[in-house]
Order: sequence, then structure tokens, then C-alpha cells
Amino acid sequence: MPRRTMIEAIREAMDVSMARDERVIVFGEDVGFFGGVFRCTQGLQAKYGKSRCFDTPISESGIVGSAIGMAAYGLKPCVEVQFADYVYPAYDQIVSEAARLRYRSNGDFTCPIVVRMPTGGGIFGGQTHSQSPEALFTHVSGLKVVVPSNPHDAKGLLIAAIEDPDPVIFLEPKRLYNGPFDGHHERPVTPWSKHELGEVADGHYTVPLGKAVIRRPGADVTVLAYGTMVYVAQAAAEETGIDAEIIDLRTLLPLDLETIVGSVKKTGRCVVVHEATLTSGFGAELSALVQENCFYHLEAPVARVAGWDTPYPHAQEWDYFPGPARLGRALVETMEA
Amino acid sequence: MADAGMLRFHVPEPEVRPGGTPDFSDVTIPKAGSVPRPEIDVDPRTIRDMAFSIIRVLNRAGEAVGPWAGLLSDDELLEGLRHMMTLRSFDARMQMAQRQGKTSFYMQHLGEEAVSCAFRRALAPGDMNFPTYRQAGLLIADGYPMVTMMNQIYSNEADPLKGRQLPIMYSSKEHGFFSISGNLATQYIQAVGWAMASAISNDSKIAAAWIGDGSTAESDFHSALVFASTYKAPVVLNVVNNQWAISTFQGIARGGSGTFAARGLGFGIPSLRVDGNDYLAVHAVAKWAAERARKNLGPTLVEYVTYRVGAHSSSDDPSAYRPKAESDAWPLGDPIVRLKNHLIQRGVWSDERHTQAEAEILETVIAAQREAERHGTLHAGGKPSARDMFEGVYAEMPPHLRRQRQQAGV
Repeated sequence: MPRRTMIEAIREAMDVSMARDERVIVFGEDVGFFGGVFRCTQGLQAKYGKSRCFDTPISESGIVGSAIGMAAYGLKPCVEVQFADYVYPAYDQIVSEAARLRYRSNGDFTCPIVVRMPTGGGIFGGQTHSQSPEALFTHVSGLKVVVPSNPHDAKGLLIAAIEDPDPVIFLEPKRLYNGPFDGHHERPVTPWSKHELGEVADGHYTVPLGKAVIRRPGADVTVLAYGTMVYVAQAAAEETGIDAEIIDLRTLLPLDLETIVGSVKKTGRCVVVHEATLTSGFGAELSALVQENCFYHLEAPVARVAGWDTPYPHAQEWDYFPGPARLGRALVETMEA
Repeated sequence: MADAGMLRFHVPEPEVRPGGTPDFSDVTIPKAGSVPRPEIDVDPRTIRDMAFSIIRVLNRAGEAVGPWAGLLSDDELLEGLRHMMTLRSFDARMQMAQRQGKTSFYMQHLGEEAVSCAFRRALAPGDMNFPTYRQAGLLIADGYPMVTMMNQIYSNEADPLKGRQLPIMYSSKEHGFFSISGNLATQYIQAVGWAMASAISNDSKIAAAWIGDGSTAESDFHSALVFASTYKAPVVLNVVNNQWAISTFQGIARGGSGTFAARGLGFGIPSLRVDGNDYLAVHAVAKWAAERARKNLGPTLVEYVTYRVGAHSSSDDPSAYRPKAESDAWPLGDPIVRLKNHLIQRGVWSDERHTQAEAEILETVIAAQREAERHGTLHAGGKPSARDMFEGVYAEMPPHLRRQRQQAGV
């Protein structure tokens, strides 16, 4: 099977979807002629024309707002916000409009849109090119929130998101665009061509939304991770020698609670890890759910490893980013608790 | 350099506050028939002055004059009058129903009936409005059942929106009326997106965006104008300037701009100003803008100059911020009275018939109200099921909502 980068996989997902359904429209800043600042839409305008793939003014509320209107008409827009850090001007449109349109109109109007945005740190992106705002979306009823961790999933999840009848926030960890990253910034990066999850089938396939996957089966402790943290967790397990069961959530909303609960009931321990800031982050929801559903099976408090409650700094990148050492300490503490 | 001392902060104030004498002397009202009617493919740069004038058809004597007159037949005008009278009667009954505790909230259109009622006539089947909460005339003029509107207002068992929405936040795809949101201005850019979609699909349908004077200050107004201008979207961008945004006079949103229509000029969008209380003028301008859109000539911005005669909502008391008699002093009069006088002047209507029509319409509205109330009101009778609260968040109910529905015991 051919190996592809996450960028290529994402591009293919849009290509396949546009070829299958002429209602699929792709637009955003620099998305058209240039093919996107991360090359995710390269060649789509040339292949499908300017009516299907085009550049927009720099206006996030304009991009998402017009997409909602298009969806109300009957199209299926897949739009891009250049960085998740810049989604806030569109927040009103996403929360007040996209998420609620089906509910408030009792299905008279619906909003099958996808809002793609590169997310996450580990790239010296500083304050406005590193944020992980997923918790701002998982708190919104009516949205679906997806974070892929590899090319195979990225393609299958994005096709599923485009075909989904409801609005999907699709967060792409840009640190994983060209290869997996386990937090060891001192080592050379492995490209996706050297990783089995870089295997991406040609043509159409989907990875269902709302389904987690166990990346590493284990007996000692369950690690709940998504995006870049999946690889950080794998490194931490290896380096500590703890037999961790690593779950890649893939979809945060709706959440695959069954897989989580099944695993924690087996291991009796749970560590939650994400790049986003700790307080009121998605980890709090995960921790609460595990505590509510697995209380009598827990042998230690649920631990959370996350970004510090500060804006994402520049020079202090690796003191901020929750790497394998910090996660490893939490695993050891949880095993000893 | 003169006066290089302390800076002074400027906050615009309306001319008159409660207790004062209403004064609209600064509102320049051009004579009816005095503004020319350009071809729809006119070069926008040559009609910039239209953003500062007011297109009017009906003169003081009730005659239709000038180049924007003569588009509607007697029957169409009589029907238009009936629509406006129905909306006013409907408003009065629902305002009363709110006072009687049958619902929690209501918003009237008093004085603005011509804007939405006359505009509706310029659209074709399949076109889509993106209204605010003050364009129910679009539904009335399109024959949407009053009983259904009332069911929504009462949040009763027959409410098409299952009790999920605040009263008056109607939705009807079938009647070209996009779901109303409480968040101001959001629909303006959505209308542009809908119009872009129609163009992308090589369709022939157009969109109409609606916004009030106050909400033009929202950023979505700006993004809508940018997108409409960039993509030449087939959309009519309506600004209903009723002088007031709750307690805030229009000068706060307008600032130093001459008019709201003038905002369109910077985007290269042809921008017209029209007498919002002149049914014929509203219709003629709407038709001009709709034809431009339909002929792929791009967007048009239209400012309707009118006055919000009623309170902002059933929760508002305007006597706290403006003179009580201000609406009487409004120089563009009352849209219903003006069309009525025109029809009398044309010899197809009379005071007697008008009084009779008022009584008939009231009877129809009361009959609709009776029927709606058989399905319940907010606090009495049939109501939507609590199960409905959990439906429709997603196309398919996810597991966590199923669990919560179970917890709620419904």
C-alpha cells in the first residue's frame, strides 16, 4: 500500500470527496491557486475549477458564515481556518449558528460543514501558531470534534466528516503533517514513509466518527491521548517500561466512552494527556467520565498531563510541551499510587 | 495649530430625549418622484448619490409619481394593504397575548410593515430570505399560516420548532424564510454564502439579507459586504434603518457615515436609499435590486428609511429614552395610512371599506388565535414533549445524549 504524509492524505480526502460529490466545495485563505500554506489543497483548484476551490478574503467569520449559508442551500463546504489560533473571529458563527441550526429549525435547515484547522504546538509556533482549542468546541452541543493522529486516519476521518450531516471541527496536528513526533525534539524526525500508519489506501474509505482505537494494548494503566500525544505516550511507555494501554480517541465529540471504560476497568489506572492548557481542558471531562464510570475499578487517582495554564510560549517550547519525560513521571506516579 | 490642548471624547446624542419636543428637522426628505431610476446594469460609480437620497413614489396627495411608480396593479396593491393590515393586527393580538401571560415574549413591527410585506412581492419562488426578528411580513405576505406562527409564539404542542426557540424566531424553508437566530448579524454573511452557493450551482435563485441599523456595527455586516463584493454574489443586502437599536439612536451605529447606504459604496456595491414607509417605493427598489441579482450583475445594498413606532420588544419601555410623541412627528408617516390614501385616490378603496377590512382581518386573526390556543399556550394546555428537547441536536442521537435523555426520565 502506498505511503503518504498527513498533508497528502488530507488532500486526497478532499480530492476523493470532490470527485464523488459535486456539492463538496473547498475554500479558505490561500487555499485556491496557491494550494494552502501547508499544501493541503494543492492542485484542487486546477482539477475542479474556481467554483469548487477558491481563495477567500481574510475573514474567519466570513469563511464559516458563508459556509453555513452554502450548507443551508444544499452544498457541503469543507473550509479551512489557516491556524486553529485564528478561529476565534468565527466562534460566534460556529457556536451560535452552525452547531444549533438543525436544533433550532427542527431540521428545516441543516449545516453539513467541515471546518479544518491546523492545531497544536511543538513547532516553535509561539502564542498564535500552537494552540489546541478543542475544549472550546467539545463544550458546544451540536458539534463534532475530530483530531486525527496519522495519515490513514486523517484521510478516512476527513472523508467521514465531509459526508457527515452535521458540522465537524477537524483539528489537524500540524506537528504530525510530515511525520510522527514523540516529543524527542533532539532526534531527527522520521517521515511518514517510514511508518506503517503512513499507509494510505487509494480511493474512498472512511474511518467512522465517534470510534476510538487502541494503539498499544497494555495491562498496567490506560493512557487517553489524541493527536501528537499518541506518540508521546508510546515513547513514555517504552522508556518507563510500564505496560500502558494507549487509546487514540480520534473523535472527542461524540466520545467513544465504551472503549475508554472497557480499558480502565481492565487496567484500574488512567492517565489523560493533552497539549492544551490544563484548567477546564478536555482532560477534565475525560477524568470526570472515568471517575464516574470506573470508580470501583480505580486503584489510583486519574492523572492529567497537559500544557501549563499559560499562553503558549516561544523560547520555552520544550518546557511547555508535555513530552515523554513528563508523561513518564505521571505514569510512574500513577503505578506507585 | 489651533486648539492643541486636551483631547475631548465624542459620544453622539440624539437631538431629543424624553420630555423634549420631537425634532426630525435634520432628516432631509426629497420630493416623491424626484430620484431617477437607472438601468439595472448601471455603472455603480455613476449612482453614488443615490446612497444619500431617498427614493419615494407616493406624494402628499397620495399619488404615485416619478420613474419608480407604476409597477403594481390595483389588485396587487389591495393585497399588499391587506398584508400590512394583517401584520399589524397580528402584532396587536400577540402583544396582548404576551401581556396576558400566554407567552413570554413578543416583538412588533409597528410602522415597518411596508418593508417586509412589499419586499416579499419582489422575490420569486425558491429565493431565500435571511431575516432578522422584525420581518414577519415576509411570512404573512407569502401566505404562511398565521396559526403556525402563533403555535411557535405559544411554544405549544403544534409548534413547528418543538418549543426549542424563543417566540418569533420562526423558520420556514418552504416559504423562503431562513431560521432566525438571536445572535445579531450572523445571518447577513450566511445570506451571501447562500447566494454564492446558488451561483456555484448555476441556479437562478437569489438571496435576501436583512439587518437593522444597530446591527450594521457587528463584524458580520462587514464580512458580508466584503464577500458579496468579492464574489459578486446574487444577494440583496437590506438595511432596515428604523432609527433605534433598543435605546440607542442610529447615530451611534452610523457614526460619521452620511447614511447606512453609504457603507456599501466603499465595497463598490450599488447602494440605494428608499422611503421604508412607501409600499410602492419599497417594492420598486426591491424589484430593481432583485433583477440585478438575477441577471448576475451582483449585490445591491438597500437602506429602508423608516421608524420603529413600537417598543423594541415586549420587555422594553421606549418612554425611558425617547419622546412619547416622536413617532407622530416622523416625517414619512404611516405605511398603512399612506397606501390606503393612495388606493382611495385611485378610486379602488374607501374609508368604509378600510374599516370593514380592519374588522374582517381582526376576525381572521382572532379565529387563528383561537385555533392556536386549542393546541396550548406557554403555561397552559398542550406542550411539546420533553423528549423533543434531546432530538435534533444531531441527525442521529449520540450515546451521551441517549444517556441524558434516560436520566431525564423522558
